[in-house]
Amino acid sequence: MKRALLSLFVLLPSLAFAGTVTIKGSDTLVILAQRWAEEFMKKNPDIKLQVTGGGSGTGISALINGTTDIATSSRPIKPAENDKLKEKNKALATEIAVAKDGVTFYVNEKNPLSSLTLEQLKKIYLGDITNWNEVGGPDAPIALYSRENSSGTYVFVKDDLLGGGDYAATAQTLPGTAAVVNAVAKEKNGIGYGGAAYGKGIKELKIKTGAEEIAPTEANVKSGKYPLSRSLFFYLRAAPTGEVKAFIDYCLAKDGQDVVTKVGYFPLH
Amino acid sequence: MRTLPLSAPTLIAPRSLASPRARANRLREKAAELAITAVGLSGIAALILIVVFVGREALPLFFDPQQIKEAGLGKLFLPQLLREGKPLGFMWQPVSNVPKVSMIPLLVGTLKVTVVAMLVAIPLGLSAALFASEFAPRRAREIIKPVIELLAGIPSVVIGFFALMVIASFTQDTFGLQYRLSALVAGLGMAIAIVPVVFTVAEDAFTAVPRSYREASLALGATRWETTWRVVLPAAAPGVLAACVLAFGRAIGETMIVLMASGNAAIVSASLTDSTRTMSATIAAEMGEVVFGSAHYSTLFFIGVQLFAITAVLNLVAGAWVRRTVLRLGGKP
Repeated sequence: MKRALLSLFVLLPSLAFAGTVTIKGSDTLVILAQRWAEEFMKKNPDIKLQVTGGGSGTGISALINGTTDIATSSRPIKPAENDKLKEKNKALATEIAVAKDGVTFYVNEKNPLSSLTLEQLKKIYLGDITNWNEVGGPDAPIALYSRENSSGTYVFVKDDLLGGGDYAATAQTLPGTAAVVNAVAKEKNGIGYGGAAYGKGIKELKIKTGAEEIAPTEANVKSGKYPLSRSLFFYLRAAPTGEVKAFIDYCLAKDGQDVVTKVGYFPLH
Repeated sequence: MRTLPLSAPTLIAPRSLASPRARANRLREKAAELAITAVGLSGIAALILIVVFVGREALPLFFDPQQIKEAGLGKLFLPQLLREGKPLGFMWQPVSNVPKVSMIPLLVGTLKVTVVAMLVAIPLGLSAALFASEFAPRRAREIIKPVIELLAGIPSVVIGFFALMVIASFTQDTFGLQYRLSALVAGLGMAIAIVPVVFTVAEDAFTAVPRSYREASLALGATRWETTWRVVLPAAAPGVLAACVLAFGRAIGETMIVLMASGNAAIVSASLTDSTRTMSATIAAEMGEVVFGSAHYSTLFFIGVQLFAITAVLNLVAGAWVRRTVLRLGGKP
């Protein structure tokens, strides 16, 4: 009896993991990866895919520690992370771009502004501009919303918009783009950012460059005309083989890229 | 502290006449005593292991040259240059080209939320306990006690959710605050979690005050209120203090409520209506993504060490104070 129980404990985990591919990382990518996994498993019922979020940093940490097969990330891997991976795994990460996304800035729908320049956004998030009337809005303090520093979007905005500078200390950090959207919808002086896929129920800001106002639309993101666009990545410990390769091939093929459009991101081509 | 033999006959039986059954009983007791001692010691061992583990993970901050450069004591506690041409200041922004790991915003944030929670919860909890034990009719007490104790059973994530959706909107609409989420909102939410702690411990302390104290006071002509205020409350002082210390410990370590309701902006200010970031919430929010072995990782463990140290010191001080009070009440100088 005891032995039977013991062997059950030994066997259970190995059974659970047989033929399971784990995908972990970016919260921005979690919906898309989930949808991909569902469609893929419908076609290949004998392959099990397990998708979890947690943030790009979480996914890459898991890849380094060997607890996930695929790490999803909304930012390129950092050199420090790649060094750690090489230390453990003797090889740098294999990077595969799987979709495109634009970082969208949201304001409350009652906010009269419809566009800001990159410079204005930068100053707002650095804390140099603290009142809406400095950018042509009403006389009201700006309530800044940001993401936790485990978020790929946090790093993307920090690097691409703030030029590596630090967010204003007054920026409230929230645990997910949905939370940011929710907060901005509730806060009439709020501003927040996140992936385009989440942008429902609030107003998306256009980016003003010169006389032109560029909306975060598919055409603008794909062509790179929208200034705050980015690629979304899969990271692997080695070149894909077997089940992982079958899955990635599916994601990059037309079927997979159609799912990208459906979820609200932008396909690669 | 010897455990008494279980069956009465062995108690009276002279040693030389001990029957085999009595000897078996003694053996069994020995075994039980050993088992209980082992369980007690394992609790201590677990505590020591936790301290050693958390401390060890924080140690590189003080010994690893790379980490000292990134997050040495000066960077942790002294004002740093944040941006060219700006005055020195404190900032928590560990994911950055030049990581800023000042503990000050987190200490200030933790203190603010804790103070709000204590200011609300202790008067409320103590007066509820006084009411239940001294003034309430028996039937009312039989309702009040279980209801408040039921409050202790609400998961903190549910309280956090309530604070986030209801208290936040209420305070912002009522006082016209700039921040929806703030130390005030988190503190009020936390007070809900702490009131039952204060109530339960304090109520027990009040009920434990001997009846003779009250009777003596009333016999001397004191009113019921004077008896409560001048006799019961001082006599129960150690218990009341224990309630406060327990509440403080819960408040400073409470994570979910503050994570959800404080806004998590690491601002250094005295205003209770500013958004704040606490130490416990910082660990919870950042531990999941941190690169193992980095200065950021060690810093998060160092925050844990500080939280532990704060509660440990408070417990020691409170313990000493309780001993002194007990001596004084016992009539010794």
